[in-house]
Formats: sequence, structure tokens, C-alpha cells
Amino acid sequence: MVDTSLAQTPHRSWQPALRAALGDPKVLVGGGFIAFLIVLALGADLLAPHDPLAQDLMLGSLPPVGMAGAEPGYWLGTDDLGRDVLSRFIHGTRTALTVAFIAATIAAVVGTFVGLLAGYFGGWVDAVVSRLIEIWMAFPAVLLSILIVAILGSGVHSVIFAIAIIDWTRFARVVRAETMAQRQTDYVTAGQVLGFSRLGILAGEILPNVLWVVLGLFTLELGLAVVIEAILSFVGLSVSSDTPTWGGMIAQGRGIIYQAWWVFALPLAGLLATVLAFNQLGAGLRRSLDPVMQR
Amino acid sequence: MIELVAKRAGMAAITLFGVAVVVFVLLRVAPGDPIAMMIGPGATAEDIVRLRASYGLDQSLFNQFWIWLGSLVQGDFGTSISRRVGVGQLLLERLPATIELAIMALLVAIVLGGFIAIIGTLWRRHWSVGAVDGVNGLLLAIPEFVWALALVLVLGVALPVLPLSGRINPSLPTDFKTGFYLLEALLTLRFDLALDLARHMAMPVLALALPLAGIIARVLREALGEAMMQDYVTLARVKGMSELRLILSEAMRNAVGPTLALTGVQFTFLIGGTVIVEKIFSYPGLGNMAIDAVINRDFPLIQGLVLMFGVIFILINLIVDFAVVAFNPRLRHG
Amino acid sequence: MSPLLSIDNLSAVSRRDGKPILRNVSLHVDSGTIHGLVGESGAGKSTISKIILGIVSGGVVVTSGSVMLGANDLVRMPEREKRVLIGSQMALIPQDPLTALNPGRRIGDQLTDSLRMWKGMGHKAAWARGLELLDHVAIRDPQRVMGLFPHHLSGGMRQRVLIAAAFAIEPKLLIADEPTTALDATVQKQVLQLLKRLQAEHGTAVVFVTHDLGVVAQICDAVTLLFQGKVMEQGTAETIFNTPSHAYTRALLAASPRYDDPAAGLNPIDDAVIAACRAEVAQFDGAQHA
Repeated sequence: MVDTSLAQTPHRSWQPALRAALGDPKVLVGGGFIAFLIVLALGADLLAPHDPLAQDLMLGSLPPVGMAGAEPGYWLGTDDLGRDVLSRFIHGTRTALTVAFIAATIAAVVGTFVGLLAGYFGGWVDAVVSRLIEIWMAFPAVLLSILIVAILGSGVHSVIFAIAIIDWTRFARVVRAETMAQRQTDYVTAGQVLGFSRLGILAGEILPNVLWVVLGLFTLELGLAVVIEAILSFVGLSVSSDTPTWGGMIAQGRGIIYQAWWVFALPLAGLLATVLAFNQLGAGLRRSLDPVMQR
Repeated sequence: MIELVAKRAGMAAITLFGVAVVVFVLLRVAPGDPIAMMIGPGATAEDIVRLRASYGLDQSLFNQFWIWLGSLVQGDFGTSISRRVGVGQLLLERLPATIELAIMALLVAIVLGGFIAIIGTLWRRHWSVGAVDGVNGLLLAIPEFVWALALVLVLGVALPVLPLSGRINPSLPTDFKTGFYLLEALLTLRFDLALDLARHMAMPVLALALPLAGIIARVLREALGEAMMQDYVTLARVKGMSELRLILSEAMRNAVGPTLALTGVQFTFLIGGTVIVEKIFSYPGLGNMAIDAVINRDFPLIQGLVLMFGVIFILINLIVDFAVVAFNPRLRHG
Repeated sequence: MSPLLSIDNLSAVSRRDGKPILRNVSLHVDSGTIHGLVGESGAGKSTISKIILGIVSGGVVVTSGSVMLGANDLVRMPEREKRVLIGSQMALIPQDPLTALNPGRRIGDQLTDSLRMWKGMGHKAAWARGLELLDHVAIRDPQRVMGLFPHHLSGGMRQRVLIAAAFAIEPKLLIADEPTTALDATVQKQVLQLLKRLQAEHGTAVVFVTHDLGVVAQICDAVTLLFQGKVMEQGTAETIFNTPSHAYTRALLAASPRYDDPAAGLNPIDDAVIAACRAEVAQFDGAQHA
């Protein structure tokens, strides 16, 4: 006989977890910066002081305010075409975050789904999935993403697709292992004995317990996706050149680095800070959620 | 041992074939006509047909693959569409530059990662270990693309101490007999050339090495910490060995094995990273050419490049497998 | 003549919860004698040996007392000097020969470390001396063994190597930390004989840590019995075995397999005796606080 009390899924309550996470300095710093970026992205049209596409050759290569020759109003200077760097950066944030969130979400959903299936059913399903992941990992990520974008043609959709198709394996691998561990636990066994359907057990018992692992991975994935988007737009394979992107600004700034280094430096600083912020947020979430969610 | 080698080689061949099939199919189903991109608007329909036939693009997909694979086995990688030169020749021209870059980056990563791991182990009970953790964390968090750009800004522009692009100063004589410029310059004692080559390589090497150094440091530190708690280290401590000597001569040899396996996998990632880093520094290697090939939809060249990367990856994994055996006395002298 | 090793009023507590680990322990070991340090696990015997060897973990804090080797107080010495003193004048024969040899270094290198470090020997001279040392602990074909890695040797062989290494620098003081518990009975006996022989030849002082009174009876000159970090009884082996004065000693003797008659069987230690010992420890702690 199985003790039916074990059939109660230990529904980990999210409230104490959330409280623990919000008390973590890494979560606060990393999350705070990400929140700031989200505000920039959402409010780009209102917050950007200028039209990011407006050219004015009379105002070309203006340095940031505080340096000799700066124009008031152009806080972080202009590029060689006289476009406002700050405004382009703010609009670039929108592209970066949009691509990152959509791509990471697709990668997470696909990877989690595949990982759940492989981990729960095992057998040939698992064998096929494991082999697939292995082959996938054999391709260099940057090369693969460039290849995919080149095949599909450049553009936001291709970039999102490329990131998702490269990184779903990160989720699949971890979720598969976690699901296998969960399958051994008492409450899942109890659920089986009590006659819950396989799908019911997967969705009702296992999924909620692997979600917190997915959350940590998702945070890291966002940071990676921002970088891949920047790489692709740096190479010129992302969105069309009249949409401002960080990678595009960096590529442009690289060409005029001796005349106007700020065009290069600002998006680079943004990229660096974003990567670090997602990293800190992910590390903080893992640190603070682990003890709560693991009981 | 021979059995193991044969088995590995067989598996490698199968993987390589799989990579070839995948790339071939992916590229053939891609929209966009490479021939149309090659010729001017004045070309006639016959011109296009003739050009198609000359590249074998008029055959069925299946036939195209077997024609290509057959010539591949004979050492013919086809002709680059954008550069109109044999792909094999292009690959061989560029390969040495990438190998030099990757190996230098690996060496720097090992030295730097090893140094951080040793300092971290030495200070493991001291508050100052926090500084080591911080540096290690930065190395782990920041990808090579961002390092490369930061280096451009700091060492290339703000304090212009290193050249921003290329492999060698064009005004220097480049009458090298091999593609391994740095190695050749050192062997022929032309140190002025070697210095210039090293200066050009410094930033791309650092950008590639820093993330790998972070990983090596983390894994090696963990393995060293583990080893430092073993009885044989305690006994050696009683013998009067200093902490540094305990780490270097007692713990290190047993920590290298586990680190090595992971370093191998990560080294393949480093090679993947050469693609974008070479592009940033206009370094004339395979990766730089790969990006151009993709942008130009140069099918034969892309296939050759991806196969080349596949061969490199598989070779590295083989070498790592054997190196792990070599570093484990139990396996070596079984 | 003053003793080689003098431990006086040594007390230590756990860093984590401040609970006493050693309670005012004193013991003295003369040159050329073997001193048995006996107690059950948790009695503090291995803490004492670790303090002597300078390898005590950060979880143990020495609160008072001294550990003198000749004129040097090991508790208060600067780390660097202590390392040199311990390395050049002491040696350890560890408990588990399977984990005490570095799996990645050849036997010859591990055996000759101390010779190269403290006897000023070059690699060649040390290697030659290593061969003699192995020969002296009755290892056949020492030439070959020197070049092997630990996993090639049996547990008994490894313990012989460790003993040879311990005597390599002719230490003044040797700590033997249950050197025979991991070995089977026949090997155990050989190893004990070997240890005794070498000790006598070199006139080494030995602290022999064990929970086995049978072993103590075979080789020790003096004995200290510990319970929860407190000395219960102390004296020559003769006195302890023939006229034990403490109830705990008597209970322990009764519980040990008879060394002269291993077939005689075991008696568990009486609960009442344990309770009395606990009371004695508690009374001591009370007196400390008062």
C-alpha cells in the first residue's frame, strides 16, 4: 500500500520563494537593471530625446555633453550622420529585449517540452532526444546561428528562430535530468498507483517542480540571447540597417572609432551591463530559490 | 588501445558524414539563388544555365550530394562561388592562421586559469579569496564577443598599445614558407616579425582566452580543493611541504585529469568563438572567411568550412580522450 | 631527563558550538618509548595527534595548555617554523594506507620526499637511500617498487612503504594513527612487529593512537586512556594491564579481545561505567565553570 498522503504533490508555495528572492542583493541589483532596461524599451518613443533615424550632417560626430564641442540636448553625442546616440541606444534596447524575450521563451518552451518527454518516458524517446542533443551541441553556436540567418535571410524573425533553435538544448538537457529525478520520488509513484494519467502526472506533478530550474536557465538564456542578437546585428544579419540595434551601432562605431568612439562605447557598455545583470539575476535567483524550492 | 582508436575513428567518420549531410541539405533548401547573385543584370538565360551546370547546380539534390562527396574523397572540395578559387586551397591558406590563434588562446587560458585556480586554492581560507571569486565570476559571465569589443576600446583606442586589425604589419616582409607565421618566425629567429605577429594576435587571443580561463579556473579550483582534503596531502603536509608546494606537486597532478576533459569540450567552443573574434579583428583565418562566405551565400565554401570545423572538433575530442588517459596513472599503467 | 614530548593542560573546544573537545589533557612521552593513546571514537585521541602534527582542522580551537617538543611550544610557534620543525623531526604513519599515498606520484618519489627536503640529499642519493629503506621493511624487489604507482601495491605493502617513509628521516617523534585498523589480522601483526623493530633500532619516541588495547599490550610502554577528551587513567603499560585503577579501564580491558587468547570473546562495556564516566566529565566541566 502506498500512503495516500504522499500523493499530495508538495506544492512549493511561491510566496516564501519570492520573498527570499527579493531579499537577495544579486537579484535586486541584476533585476533592478533589467527592469530599467524594460522601462527604456517600452517607453522608447517617449524617453528618447530625438528621432533615432533623424540625420543632420551639420550635427555629425558630436561628442557627449561635458566634452569640448558638445551640443546641449545631445547627451551622449551623435554619430557621423548626426543621429542622436542616446536615442538610438534606447531604441536598440527595444530590439535587444524583444528578441531576447521571445527567443528565450521559445527555446524554454520547446526545450522544456522535449526534456519532459525524454525524461518521463525514457526508452527510445529518450535515446532519440539524447542523440539529437549531442549532434546539436557539435555545431559551433555562432557559426550555426549565422548559417541559419543566412539561409532564412536576415531579419528579426530569423534571429529569433536562430537563437531558439540553437539554445533549446540547454533547457532540454537540464529538464530531462530533473524529470528523471522527479520520476523517482514518492509522490509521482503514488500518483501512478492512484491511477493518474501519464499526461496528468507530467503536467500536474512534475512540471511545477521543474519550473524553478527552468526559471534560472531562462534568466541566463536572456543574457545569451542579447549577445547573439548583438553578434548577428554586428555582422549585419539582424534587422534591416535603419532599425537601431546595439550590434549595428557597435559595427558602425567600429568604423568611426577614432572620430567618434562614443558611438561604439555606449552600446558596448549597455551590452556588458546587460550580460552582467542577467548573470547576477540568474545567480541570485538560483541561490535564493534553491533552499526554498528544494525544501 | 588500437581497438579504441579504431572505434573512435569510426564514430568520428559517422559524425562527420552526418554533419556533411545536414549542412548540404540545409543549404540546398535555402531560398536565394547564388548564381543570380554572381552575375550582372545583363546575363542571358543561357549564361545562367551554363553557369549552373558548371557548378553542378542543375542536377538533382541527391546527385549533387554524391558528386560532391565523391570529389571530396578525392580531395576536391569544389570551387568557391564568390572567390572563384578552389575551396580546398582557400581552407588550407586560412587554416594555419586559425590554428595559431586558437592554440595561443588555449595556452593563455591554461596559464591564466591555472594561476587563478592556484591563488584561489592558496587563499581558500582567507577573506581575500573574494577577490579571486570576483575575477573568476567576471571571466565566466562575459562572452568573447564582448571581451573583444572591450579590448578594442581599451587597448586599441583609449591606450593605443596594440594594433586593431590584421595579422601582420603589411610593410613587413611576409615571405613565409608555411602558413604558421608566428611559429616560423620564431624558428627562423626573426624576432622582429614574431613580435609584430604577437602584437596583432594579442587582442583576439585574449578575447578568446578569457572566458575559457574562467572555466578552467572554476573547474580546476574545485578539483584542487577536493584533492587538498585527501589523506595524501595531509601526510605531505606533515612532511613539511609548504602550502604552495602541496598544491603544485601533490594536488595538481590529480586535479588535472578532471579539468582536462572539460577543457577539451570548452576548447571546441573557443574554436567556435574564433568566427566572430576573427571578424572583429579582421584576422585572416577560417572564421572570418566563414562569415563572408555565409553573407555571400557561397555554398561550396560554407560546406568546406563547416566540414573543416567538424574535423577540428572531432580531432580535439580525440586528443582530449587520449590526454585524459595519459594523465591518469591508473589507466596508463593499468 | 625531561621528556621529548610534553603536553600540559591542553584544552580545546569546537569552533562551531564551543563544546569542549579536549579537557585539560597532560601526557609525556620519553625518547625511545611507545606511548599508547587509547579511547573510543570521539575520545579526542586523533585531535591530540593532529594538534601535535599541526594539521588540526579549523573547527578546533585550542583554548589553553602547551605542546612542547623539546624546547618548542607547537601551539604558539609561528606557522613557518612549526612546519620546518614538524617536517624535520616528526613523522606520521596514517590510518588508511589506501588513501595516504598520492595516486599520481611514484612510490620512490613519495618515499624520498623528506630525505630531499630535510637531509639535503640530491635525487640520486635519496633514491639510493629509498632502496635501502624499502629493503629494510622487507619489500622484495625494491628497485621495481620504487618506480611503481600506489595502485599497483596491496594495502599491506603500502603500509610498509608508509612506515619506511616515516622512518626515512629518523624522526625524533612518530605519530602512528591507528596504523593497523585498515589491515587484516595477519598483515596487522607483521606491521606491528615491523614498527616495533624500527622504533627500537632508531630509538624513536612513538605516540600510538588506537582503540585496541590488544595492540597496546603488544607494543606500548606507557598508556593514556581518554574518554570524551578527558584523561581517565594514565601509567605504564604494566600498571594499566595488571592493576588498573579506573573503572573505565577495567571495563575496556574486559571488553577487549584477550591478546593472549583471542578466542575468549567480547564483553560489551557496562552502561553503568559509561554513565559514571559521563558524570565524571560533567563534574569536571562544572568545576571549570565555577
